[in-house]
Parts: sequence; structure tokens; C-alpha cells
Amino acid sequence: MSQQAPLSSVNDFVVRFANVNGSGSASANELFARAVLRHGVPVSPRNIFPSNIQGLPTWYEVRVTEAGHLGARGGGTDLMVAMNPQTWDNDVAGIVPGGYLFYDSTKPMPSSKFRDDVTVIGVPLTAITNSTYSDPRQRQLFKNIIYLGALSALLDMDPKLIEQLIGEQYKGKEKLLSSNVHALHLGRDWALQNLKCPIGLRIRKADKVGDRIFIEGNNAAALGAVYGGATVCAWYPITPSSSLAEAFTNHCKKLRHDPDTGRAKYAIVQAEDELASIGMVVGASWNGARAFTTTSGPGVSLMTEFIGLSYFAEIPAVIMNVQRAGPSTGMPTRTQQCDLIACAYASHGDTKHVLLFPEDPAEAFEFAAAAFDLAERLQTTIFLMLDLDIGMNQRLCRPLKWDDAKQYDRGKVMTADMLEEGRDFGRYLDVDGDGIPFRTYPGTHPTKGSYFTRGTSRDRYARYSEEGAVYADNVQRLLRKFQTAQDMVPRPLQANAAKPTKYGVIYFGSTAPAMDEAIGLLEARGHQLDRLRIRAFPFHSSVASFIAEHDFVYVVEQNRDAQLRQLIVNENGIDPVRLVPILHYDGTPITAQFIAASIGTHQDQIKVTPLRKAVS
Amino acid sequence: MTYIAKPKFQHPGIKKNALGYSHRDYEGKISTLCAGCGHDSITASIIEACFELSIEPHRVAKISGIGCSSKTPDYFLGNSHGFNTVHGRMPSVLTGANLANRELIYLGVSGDGDSASIGFGQFAHAIRRGVNMTYIVENNGVYGLTKGQFSATADRGSKSKKGVTNTDNPIDLVGIALQLGATYVARSFSGDKKQLVPIIEGAIRHKGAAFIDVISPCIAFNNHAGSTKSFDYVREHNDAVNRLDVLTGRDPIEIDQDPGTVQIVEQHDGSRLALRKIDADYDPHDRLGAMTFLQKHAAQGQIVTGLLYVDPEADDLHSHLNTVERPLNRLGAADLCPGQSVLDKINASLR
Ligand SMILES: Cc1ncc(C[n+]2csc(CCOP(=O)(O)OP(=O)(O)O)c2C)c(N)n1
Ligand code: SF4
Ligand SMILES: [Mg+2]
Repeated sequence: MSQQAPLSSVNDFVVRFANVNGSGSASANELFARAVLRHGVPVSPRNIFPSNIQGLPTWYEVRVTEAGHLGARGGGTDLMVAMNPQTWDNDVAGIVPGGYLFYDSTKPMPSSKFRDDVTVIGVPLTAITNSTYSDPRQRQLFKNIIYLGALSALLDMDPKLIEQLIGEQYKGKEKLLSSNVHALHLGRDWALQNLKCPIGLRIRKADKVGDRIFIEGNNAAALGAVYGGATVCAWYPITPSSSLAEAFTNHCKKLRHDPDTGRAKYAIVQAEDELASIGMVVGASWNGARAFTTTSGPGVSLMTEFIGLSYFAEIPAVIMNVQRAGPSTGMPTRTQQCDLIACAYASHGDTKHVLLFPEDPAEAFEFAAAAFDLAERLQTTIFLMLDLDIGMNQRLCRPLKWDDAKQYDRGKVMTADMLEEGRDFGRYLDVDGDGIPFRTYPGTHPTKGSYFTRGTSRDRYARYSEEGAVYADNVQRLLRKFQTAQDMVPRPLQANAAKPTKYGVIYFGSTAPAMDEAIGLLEARGHQLDRLRIRAFPFHSSVASFIAEHDFVYVVEQNRDAQLRQLIVNENGIDPVRLVPILHYDGTPITAQFIAASIGTHQDQIKVTPLRKAVS
Repeated sequence: MTYIAKPKFQHPGIKKNALGYSHRDYEGKISTLCAGCGHDSITASIIEACFELSIEPHRVAKISGIGCSSKTPDYFLGNSHGFNTVHGRMPSVLTGANLANRELIYLGVSGDGDSASIGFGQFAHAIRRGVNMTYIVENNGVYGLTKGQFSATADRGSKSKKGVTNTDNPIDLVGIALQLGATYVARSFSGDKKQLVPIIEGAIRHKGAAFIDVISPCIAFNNHAGSTKSFDYVREHNDAVNRLDVLTGRDPIEIDQDPGTVQIVEQHDGSRLALRKIDADYDPHDRLGAMTFLQKHAAQGQIVTGLLYVDPEADDLHSHLNTVERPLNRLGAADLCPGQSVLDKINASLR
């Protein structure tokens, strides 16, 4: 065996399951993650599913982290559960020295297929399965539960907690329940009898999960749309956003049918393309319903003509963009924060749009619901900027909360009564100085309040006009409206370092957990940083003041072109030298190690030659 | 165009409909189209149809794409909300609007470029879904607004004003609409108001996807010899298969021809369509027969007009989606938001 001592760690390691897609492994793997949670130990799992690689591989990586670091750890796998022969070589190579390799030892493998610096754990999974089950489908499914059973012994997990989970999952389906528990013990007993259990990696009960929930961002955003009162959803399938529309459909089926008539209080249309999706959203919103679409980068590109119409004709629209690596088809199943510029300035002509940046599913829920209030208040497009990392992975987050006293903000809508009272209605008239005009819904009043909606220039009373002054008056008001938005969107959140510091860091969205962890690593290296998490565009004034208060500010993001930094420089007139880009864009989720190493290197240089002097 | 307010004065003896509205109440702004443009005649027919049906103008949503044709909703029903959307995308906007409020009447106005070229996909899909609407294409075979390029409905062999011969095959929107399941399909001619007005009336009263292709000559760019969409050509080749009368309420049925040739069709809302046969062979309830008939006659250079197909038992997208009767845009938090107690249960299931 190896010269390398086997890894030894309690509640802090990474397990990676390498599976073949469609083998039913997903639910067993999720069961593993949830079982660890039931031990009171946080986990952060990630699905990795390349879009076009032979052997249909999928990986499920579970970071077990008592310290609660929910970002990806990076740096190899501690325990590889290698169930996919096609990816075997890479999987074995991805184990850290001293790590463990768990595999199906039914068929003998040549020794060249192994490494001598990892502990090899062979369990004859196929043999055990085949001697117990004859039905091919059962064989496939229970094999997964059998490996879970074996792992529970190897990692010293409490089998009662797993049984409990299985019990909840198959409540009322006694046969399935008992056969799953049986399979679990088949694997567990085999491991206890034949292997040295536990190994160096262990799960020990802790109390670090609290009341947190475990949910995918797309699912949470879909619930946000239900709670936010969305009634029309039009969408076109695209990874990684499809599961959002599907989750909305499922929630609506349960929560949105009239108990008496059984009829639907929603309409969901799978459109023919993204042009039609956004068209339906615009049409429904124009007519006073709360409507949204879900998409990803290529879909946003197709929607841009309509987004300009929404901006200029002032029609609410909510677009949930679950970002993936672009441009073009890019890496369609990999994560990035790469559509900031595309969304902030989507469409031709002078346009600007509101973007919301949730950090996790809990915020995805809140911001999704808030997006509908904002869209109707501001009468424009609101982008909810998710990404694959938040959207398609279960993340531990605070429970979802709703204030039952909350009413929807339907914005400035002139009613038949208001018109009857003789209120002056100018569709594009800035009555309150906030740039936001009143609108009327079609069909409101027989003789008052109708107007012609168009993407063409018009005056304050919606009358067609190509007068330069009239056009300018209108687009300046739109700018005023955008300024109004600054104070309506979620504010940035600041967290200061323990000691006063001249250095700051700005970040957003799914970078948050890695950033939180990186701060600890940087502090250990003696670097103090104040943090500002941006949660929306347009930027609140506190962004500019945060930058003003620090000599240098790192801007951490997951794209090549420093898109957030560009937006800050552009919109706030900041000297670019003051903003140091920290960029991660290989399609994997950003890690604390990466952030700490990149910022640490810069900080070390500053310590050698103060940059302030160097540039002045 | 500048805004011209029309004089409000109305002659006391002017004709009123059941709601007490006169024609004037169904008019819009003054048209800015070329004098003699076929589209203006269609506007007049829409006004006439809405007047005759005693529709409350503000209960109509007029939605169009981009083009000369798509400008026309500004020229009728001045008290309705109108929406001039983007080129070729009227169908999706109309679909969304319809989902938001099932109680309004949806009138989609489009051009042949708008619906057969850039918006061919949206046209097809709105029809497929059975959106409850009256979808009118003002078909002139050219892009009027961008100055006379061929559109996808231009016939093969027809000549442009500049003398170029079209070599591409035409798209027959009526044929496509039939194939995609439209439940009310008609073709008419802007120059034949007598035929067109009742066809529009029937479409408005129809529950489901009603499609009307109206040949509407472009005076400026497609009314010359060699064009197959000119006034003269259409008059010469018009092959009307039937004449329609829409009977509402208790109108007595006047039959001034051989009674055997009149067929009464009752639609969902109780309105009756009186169809007087011109072509004895033509059966407007036979979708397949209609498609064959159209193709045969097109091959002979004839333009078949009339109510070509109707399914009086049709239903619409709302019935497919089983939505509540109350318009979705009128549902509030109490109807839509499940509240914290449900969220507590959801949270509990996620631990
Ligand atoms: C995306 C886009 N492309 C091109 C145009 C230019 N454009 C305006 S109207 C039109 C054609 C309209 O033709 P049709 O629908 O037949 O209407 P008509 O003017 O003939 O009534 C075109 C190409 C546009 N407005 N938008
Ligand atoms: S250009 Fe043709 S379609 Fe346009 S208004 Fe003139 S005649 Fe009508
Ligand atoms: Mg045309």
C-alpha cells in the first residue's frame, strides 16, 4: 500500500459519486446528503452533468462541512464512489493523495487501474444485488441503496437516521419502504462483516444545521413566483432554467386550483420559442396579470427586441435568467455569472434594466416574489439573475418566510373610479416626479383612459410624435424612473472586517458562500477586508461610498470580462484602477481557495510596494 | 401624424345600435395610409361589424404587429386599448393578453409580411393553441411600409412594380390555418364590404381561433398589371363559395333565395350564421374537403373567398388550460398566495 497515510477527518471532507445518468443514482445520492444533514452536519452538494460526453456521466459531489462552508471546496475528492466504468480513469486520478476509492469489485480489475496512494474499498455490489433481486429495474435501483448502506458503515453513520428518511420518503408505501431498508442493510452488513469500518473519514453527530432547509434555487424561485402572485408563465425549455418552470407547474398544481371547481388560477404555456415566451409575458402584463418567463443566455438574446419594447412602452415583465457559461451554446451545463451586461443593457437604443442578484435559494424566493412588485411599480423588465450553481443544486439556507399581512404592490394603475372623478390621465405623464406614470388596464372605462401602446415615440398623452423635444422628454423621464429604482431594489449588504482596513471586496450572487469562507482564509494570512454584497442593479448610492471609503476594492465575479466591474465603472464613474478584478470563469463554481489565493497574491504585492504610491 | 380631434357633434337622426352608439363611437384617429389603400376599407368593415354587433368598444383589445396594416388599429375603436407590438409578434402578445383577461374581445390585425414572413411561426402557434381571437391578415403580397418588397404570400410568377418576377412559392395562410386547426377560417377581399363585414362579425362571435385572410391591394406598390393582388386581378379571379349573414338576437331569418341553399349554423354564444351557398359543392364543415377545394382552385388561378370552414362547437386555450372563469388579472393575494402556513409545511418537507 501507500507511503501516504490515509486521510483522517471528521465532518469535513468531499465525497464524489460518479454515476451513469439514468441509473437511478440521483435519489440515492440525495439520500446520502440528507442523511448527513440529519446528523446535524451541513453539506453542500453539486450536480455535475456534462452536456455531451460519452457514457452519460453525472457526478454528484457532496461537501461535508461542519464549519458550514457551502461553496465548492475544489482541490480533488477525498472519497470517490466510482460507479461509472467510462469515467473510471479520470475519477481515480481526481482523488487526493491519501484519499479513498470505493468501487464495485464484482469483476476483477487489473492493478494498473488503481493508485497506490489511495485506500481502495471494493464491495461486490453487482454480486450482492444479483443474488438478492431478479428484476432488472430493481437490481439497478437497489444497487444504489446497497452502496449507500455500505458507505453508512464506512463513514460511521447512524443507520436509524437513514431509515427515518426512507420512512418519510415512502410513507404509505410499505412495500417500497421495507425493501429499501432491506437493501440499505444488505450493503451495511456486508461492509461491517468484510471491511474495516469506519475508515478515516467519519460523520459525527453535531448541531450545526438548525432549522435550515435544503432546496434548489430554481424550486425556491418558482415558489417565489407562486407567492408573488404570478398567474401567467410562458417559457421555452433550456438548461439550466427548465426546472424552474417545471417546479412552478408542480407548485401550481398543488396550490393554485380552486377547491370548489378544481379550475386553475394560473396559465402556463410552453411557447414555441423565447420570442413567443416574452411576447406572451408582455401581452399578459400589459393586460394587468403578473407574468414571467424563465430562460438562460441564448433565450435572453432572442428576447431583446421585446425587452426594448417593455422598457420604452413601459410594460412590466419578469425574466428569470438562470445563467450558464456562454457565449453561444458555450458550456450549457456549467455555471457562470456571464449575462450581466447582456441583461443590464439588453436591446437596441438606450436601454437599462433592473437586475436582482440572489445569493441562495432563500433570496431567490424573496427576490422572485419581489420582482413582480418591482415590475408593476416600475413598469419595466426585471431580471432575476440566478445561475446554474444556485438554480440546480440543493443548498442549505434559512427557511422560506412570508408575511401574511403583505399586499401586492400593483403599482400606479388608474381605475375606472379615478377616471370618473376626472383625474387627468396621461399614460406617460410624470405626475409624482419619480418618473413613473399611471397606466390603465384595457377594458377599464367606456370613454376614458384608453390609449394606444406602441414602441414608437409619443408624447405624455401617448400620442404619436417624432418631435425631438418630445422624444427627449420621454427618455429623460425613463432615466429618472431608473434612478427611482435605485432606492426600491434590495440594498447592498456590508460586513466590515474585525480591524479597520483600506481594502474592500465587492461580490454578488452565487459567489457569496465561497467569499464568506475566503474571508476566513485571508484573515488567517493577515489580510483584512470589508465586504459589500451587491444585490441589485441599478446600484444603490452605498456602492459608490463603499468604494470611496477604500483605497482598493476587489470585485469578485464568475465571468471573463469583469462585467460587474464594468457596470460599476460605467454607471458610477469610478476610476477603474480602484477596482481590482478577481475573475473565475472555467465553468466550475468559484471556490474560497481561488478567491483567497487571488486576493492574497495582490495583497502581498501591496504590502511590498504600496500600490497607492506606485500609481500616484 | 399629428393628433386631430374629431368634432363631437352628431346629427340627431343618426343611426344608433342597441347600445345607443353611433358609427362615430367605433371610429378612431384619421388614417395616415395612402388614399385608396385596401387596408382602410378593412378598417371600415371592422367598424361596421362592431357597430352592427353592438359591441362595447372598450371591451375590445386591438393588437397588431408592424406594417401599414398593423397601424390600422389606431384608426378604429378609439375608445379601446390598442397595442402596436413588434414585427411579426402580435400572436404571442395577443395570446398573453388573452390569458390575462378572458372577458375581452381580442382582435389581432396583421399583414402578410407580419404573419407569413417574419411572424410565420407565431401565426402558426397561436392558431394551433386555439386562442380565442379574431385574427385578420390584411394581405397585399408586399411589404407596404418598407416600400414594396415581395412578401411570402406573393404568388410565384407575379411581377413587382419594378418588374421583378417572384420565383418563390407562396404561402397560403388560409391553407395553413385549416391544417393547424383554426375553427373559423375565411377569406375575403377588402373591396367587397358586403362579404367582409358579416365574416368579421361571425369571427368576433366565434369562440376559438378565427382566422380571416383579407386580400387588400397596396395602391402604392402592388396594384399594377402583373400583380396577382391588384384590385383588377382579385375582382376577376374572385370565386366566392358562399355569402354569410350573422343573425343576433331574434332577427328573423330572411331568405330571399332558394331555401335549400341556406344553411343555419348556431355558434356557442347563440349567434346564428346564415350561409347562402353559391357553390353547391362547398361544405364549410369539412376541413379536409376545404383544403382540397382551395388547392384545386388555387391551381386554376382562382381566389376562393367566403366562410371556408367553421366548427361551431370549438373551444379555446382557456378551456384547454381549465382556467377559472374570473380573469386572472383580477385575482389578488387572497386568491393566489398560499400564505405562511403552507410555507411552513413546505419548509418542513425540505429538512
Ligand atoms: C425586426 C424588424 N425587422 C424589419 C422591420 C421593418 N419592417 C417594418 S414593416 C415591414 C413589413 C410589413 O409588411 P406587411 O406585414 O405585409 O405590412 P404592410 O405594410 O404590407 O401592410 C418591415 C419589414 C421591423 N419593423 N422590425
Ligand atoms: S404603402 Fe401600400 S399598404 Fe401601405 S398605406 Fe400605402 S397603399 Fe397601403
Ligand atoms: Mg403586406
